[in-house]
Amino acid sequence: MAQKNPNLITLSSGEAFQPFRYSVGLYGSRFFAELKDNKRLMGVRCPGCRRVHVPPRPVCGPCYKRMEEWVEVGPLGTIATFTILRFAFIDPETGQKKPVPYGYGLIRLDGADTNFQHFLELPKDGKVAIGMRVRPVFEESRRGNLRDIKHFEIIED
Amino acid sequence: MAKRVAIVGSGQTNHMGSRPDVTGVELIHEAVAKALESAGLTRDDIDGVVIGNMDHFEGINGVELWSIDGNGGFMKPTIKLTTGGTTGSTLAIGGYHLVASGHFDRLLVIGWEKNSESDTTGAITTAFDPVWDRMVFAGAISGLALEATAYSQKYGVTGKDAARVVVRDRGNAVKNPHAHVRKEITVEEVLRSPMISDPLHFWDMCPRTDGACAVIFASEDVAEKISPKPAWVWATANRHLYSMAGDVEFGSLRSLELAAAEVYQKTGIKEPLKEIDVMELYTPYSYAGLSWIEALGLARPGEGAKLLWDGATDMGGELPINPSGGVISTNPIGATGLIRAAECALQISGQAGERQVPDVKVALSTGFGGCYWSDILMYGAKKP
Ligand SMILES: [Zn+2]
Repeated sequence: MAQKNPNLITLSSGEAFQPFRYSVGLYGSRFFAELKDNKRLMGVRCPGCRRVHVPPRPVCGPCYKRMEEWVEVGPLGTIATFTILRFAFIDPETGQKKPVPYGYGLIRLDGADTNFQHFLELPKDGKVAIGMRVRPVFEESRRGNLRDIKHFEIIED
Repeated sequence: MAKRVAIVGSGQTNHMGSRPDVTGVELIHEAVAKALESAGLTRDDIDGVVIGNMDHFEGINGVELWSIDGNGGFMKPTIKLTTGGTTGSTLAIGGYHLVASGHFDRLLVIGWEKNSESDTTGAITTAFDPVWDRMVFAGAISGLALEATAYSQKYGVTGKDAARVVVRDRGNAVKNPHAHVRKEITVEEVLRSPMISDPLHFWDMCPRTDGACAVIFASEDVAEKISPKPAWVWATANRHLYSMAGDVEFGSLRSLELAAAEVYQKTGIKEPLKEIDVMELYTPYSYAGLSWIEALGLARPGEGAKLLWDGATDMGGELPINPSGGVISTNPIGATGLIRAAECALQISGQAGERQVPDVKVALSTGFGGCYWSDILMYGAKKP
């Protein structure tokens, strides 16, 4: 096998560190400010298709129309689909292996027409299904980013 | 009026999980040399080169300049196309359009990847939105798992049904000398393999492969002089939906439904199951082999599994799918969609060896990637 040939040399890239600074835009900034200060989740409604988009963004892709009508959504929602990650991979945010297992789902927040991606707390009985109701669990001290929500937990409804 | 375009040659490397015996440039050259040989052409006959891989997988961004020694593009027009998972099929569609435009007569199109040299899941994750998607997203596997959960709950499809797709594709791969994983597998072996992202087991997923594929597209002015049986491109279509995963409607592949409707309309196909002789589909995991043939109109929604169990898509069935072994057997990502095009052309030219489907007149290939985006090409033995 080629892999075992001792005459073949490979080169490693070294301990690279390359930070990025991403703008979240005016709409994203307002979403995170509401989340941080008021634990409120906000979306925007399209004047064309009337769909409420979460996360909020200035333009509805399908209609290509400017959106300016802000709407509060959630905080309760429904699991639209989900998975449970069981393999560890390098998290490009941290450069570290991601702790597994973890649940994550697409959550249809009440009043929204798109889904919101976040961690799902796995219940003790292991039962997760599409259609289950969930609520966000907020961090005590919030910094204005997606991690101000720890995860969503499944509730009786 | 656009020129008619045909595929007149192709070359593939020996695809493997790891190819430390060659650099990326050397890997590219391996496929290019075979493609030129298959068409009886030399580098001097080529008017231009189009090349692509999955951006930033290998940590080399300017692939067209870095690989110029191996890709044959020295002092020729050289263009890079990179669209994520769809890169290979975008290369084929782009190659078709560049030749149809009349600006090129003999165009060399190359897709490649050395997945062994990076963390593909980490790299795919960086293709998704840094603010809203990346925190939870775990590359292709997690995204496909979301789709599998939605599709299986919607129609009551089981892991056993999905495993039937793997059994077919891996069974076909045994007869393809280019395939990476060449070992038959049973439904039970798929279901017994470790769960990696519910409901997907290890063997529900495609492998990571080192490999390259090169395809030569020629205009109608020269195609029949180069090849006695060129594979004519009849139509192409592609659809992009959203860029954020939360916007996708899971449970069916809408981009593929729309692209399929377009190519069938362009080519007058009414009953794809009857009228198409072979398909090479970019189905990177088991459930896609059920859901996406529904999107292609081969079965009604939720009835893809029945078609599989009936054997209609096996070799010798009504419409063989993935005679090459498909993506579940071989996946050098930037080449994967282009391999589908190369395999369809081989089938039409009657050069597919042990994996040949008899008397292929119409073939179809797809590409998949991005945020649930789809590409389709249709080919025929007859000039369109
Ligand atoms: Zn709209």
